[in-house]
Amino acid sequence: MSHLFIYWRVTVQTITTDVAIIGAGGAGLRSAIAAAEANPDLEIALISKVYPMRSHTVAAEGGSAAVTQEHDTLENHFNDTVGGGDWLCEQDVVEYFVEHAYREMTQLEQWGCPWSRKANGEINVRRFGGMKVARTWFAADKSGFHILHTLFQTSIKYKQIKRFDEFYVVDLLTSEDGKQIQGLVALNMMEGEYIAIKAKSVVLATGGAARVFSFNTNGGIVTGDGMAMAYRHGVPLRDMEFLQYHPTGLPGTGILITEGCRGEGGVITNKNGYRYLQDYGLGPETPLGQPKNKYMELGPRDKLSQAFWYEQQKGNTVKHPLGDVVYLDLRHLGADYLNERLPFISELAKAYVDVDPVKEPIPIRPTAHYTMGGIETDRYNETCINGLFAVGECSSVGLHGANRLGSNSLAELLVFGKQTGDGAAKRAAEFKEWDEKSITKQVKTIEDRLSALMNQEGDEDWSTIRHEMTDAMDKGCGIFRTEELMVEAADKLAELKERFKHINIKDKGDVFNTDFLYALEVGCSLDVAESMVHSALNRKESRGAHQRLDEGCTERDDVNYLKHSLAFYNEDKKPTIDYSEVTITKSQPKQRLYGAAAEEAAAKEKAEGKE
Amino acid sequence: MSRIQKIDIMRYDPEKDAEPYMQHFEIPVNETTSLLDALVYIKDEQDKSLTFRWSCRMAICGSCGMMVNNVPKLACQTFLRDYPDGITVEPLANFDVEKDLIVDMTPFIERLEAIKPYIINDDLNPDDGPTIQTPAQMEKYQQYSACINCGLCYAACPQFGLNKNFIGPAVIALARRYNLDTRDKGFQERMGILNSEDGVWGCTFVGYCSEVCPKGVDPAAGVNQTKVDSAQDYVISMMKCQ
Repeated sequence: MSHLFIYWRVTVQTITTDVAIIGAGGAGLRSAIAAAEANPDLEIALISKVYPMRSHTVAAEGGSAAVTQEHDTLENHFNDTVGGGDWLCEQDVVEYFVEHAYREMTQLEQWGCPWSRKANGEINVRRFGGMKVARTWFAADKSGFHILHTLFQTSIKYKQIKRFDEFYVVDLLTSEDGKQIQGLVALNMMEGEYIAIKAKSVVLATGGAARVFSFNTNGGIVTGDGMAMAYRHGVPLRDMEFLQYHPTGLPGTGILITEGCRGEGGVITNKNGYRYLQDYGLGPETPLGQPKNKYMELGPRDKLSQAFWYEQQKGNTVKHPLGDVVYLDLRHLGADYLNERLPFISELAKAYVDVDPVKEPIPIRPTAHYTMGGIETDRYNETCINGLFAVGECSSVGLHGANRLGSNSLAELLVFGKQTGDGAAKRAAEFKEWDEKSITKQVKTIEDRLSALMNQEGDEDWSTIRHEMTDAMDKGCGIFRTEELMVEAADKLAELKERFKHINIKDKGDVFNTDFLYALEVGCSLDVAESMVHSALNRKESRGAHQRLDEGCTERDDVNYLKHSLAFYNEDKKPTIDYSEVTITKSQPKQRLYGAAAEEAAAKEKAEGKE
Repeated sequence: MSRIQKIDIMRYDPEKDAEPYMQHFEIPVNETTSLLDALVYIKDEQDKSLTFRWSCRMAICGSCGMMVNNVPKLACQTFLRDYPDGITVEPLANFDVEKDLIVDMTPFIERLEAIKPYIINDDLNPDDGPTIQTPAQMEKYQQYSACINCGLCYAACPQFGLNKNFIGPAVIALARRYNLDTRDKGFQERMGILNSEDGVWGCTFVGYCSEVCPKGVDPAAGVNQTKVDSAQDYVISMMKCQ
């Protein structure tokens, strides 16, 4: 094998580009198009471990939010998002977001996205959880699929975007002092060769990391690679304890059943046929067929997933062969309506749990879904490394706070993808010089590290480590957490990281070596999982999706924890957890309420305001 | 509920094997195990070198197309309960095999890029707000926009098997998707490729492409309708010449 690696070393190709974008899902593609439009003379390298249309944006179903209707306001969308995020959002970022979402959705419409329409041909919108007014643009229940394909196909128009499909980025390149981005190194999967891409600015658009949990909605590729890469270069991962459990996944597989089902009027019942959400601060019960925004099934995801957990404790869930479930009932919507609005859901329910939603309710349960934290960036999506940007689910620009509202993330990748592409083009124009010495040194270090991993002897394998990691994360960072369970998970992860050093790669080949690829992915996942557990352990309060059962931690604590957590990577030991201030522009934290309780509180506030 | 499933998988490592060969596996499955679950199980537990593409496991990312008992299918949408007597798995037909179940998708991607699969219309500006498109207008192209680029129709297409230059079902359907869109003005720019012998006229209308599509797209109809466009386009261009 040594001969092989000597061969690799002499043939490492180096190319130079202006902007390099890692990840070709929605955020990466939108950034690439924006950079190409910002400066048509720029060369843009778009590097992805899968073909763009395989990226996990493809699996998003429900839709994308933008204030659209006459009676809606930007302030409404701002308040829904900030309150939904339990006041951990960067409010200046939310303001920018709500202002730009409509134009971005329109841009996508003009690029051909088949958004669902009203009879008169205007854009239609649907209700979504935690949103006061219906403002979610949708393409039936395949919104992410259509957004991704529209962006991919549109990107083909720009000849300056050069794609590197099925290239896995193994590391970033920086200047000697680590403060200026210089490019990246990628593995060409088909050839088994490394390529160094020198770039004046780099965008990480690598998606989330919910594959660190065993029961999740995510595709196999969602392993947190970009997060781990930035983290190992000293960029903090922010708010990683906030992991969204989607309330409606299929048992067994965890496959996503969209919130759009509830937006269209679907209801959730327990084993007694009772709509239990009314018992958890989301009621009173709304009549069947009359969904009401921010009530009952249209509450936010964290509250709904937590309500399931309580019902399970009370013995009110249903014993299904694939685990405990409750029911999502769509029968009253009728076959024609389901076919128009929710055809994909109907197909998935039939294929994966043998249920026809026209005739039977769908068994569902909460499942790990979305990484609300991520690579810390400023409001312009730039990290603390000059010229290194992060956007989309891998980033923490500060939009989602402690709980993301459904349909804000597709809009995020458009709004902030545009901003990031513009920013990366600007940084490329300002770029001063290549640190050739540092680049050469790093490329060699990276190669040596990877060839050592490929050739090392050992008795561990990545699949066993991955299974143990995901089990530990399900237990330690579940819907409800305790110190004891989190410590157990943290200890397990430390053990697994040690064992990972002794894994053995069986496949020594060059061509499409997924034995090696999956090992690298598991390595990334371990680091990201560790940042999640330690951020969670250190946050001694309950907020949004981070809920604790241990004494003194069950309530929100704005005095001590109205702060972002920052996890800093330490090689061979646990991360350092620090905190940063939350930007508050116009919404001071208050009690987070839904259903009638929210309306009563608002009425009271209004009355007091008048006095 | 659990039983043992027989699976025969075609293996090929270009660095080791002169020819592809079949390898037999036996794994525990239940009523819900998909072929993809089975492949992942084998990779995790039995053979780290088994190589295949996959991601979403819900029939939307289009990664896991392969031949299942000689029929092009998505592995995630194929359930082993339907194959109690055993199942044979091979890479997608009509593409070059790179390794095991991984084929070279480059010919498909090149075709897709060539037909300009995007809205061509310089008059649109997002500041003017969304365009109007009625549900009836959308209906015309909607089914063609559901293609997930999985390549099953290329594995099913006898013409693509014979003529490597044939542009093929999914890409013609995609061209049709944009040609039928009220927002698009790129019809003429696409007709050059579609008119050629390797375009729609290469199709001999077997129709198997539509049969194997996992998303209910009807590329055969797209090809046939484009033949009508192509014939009209030809007549019009002849008249213009005179």
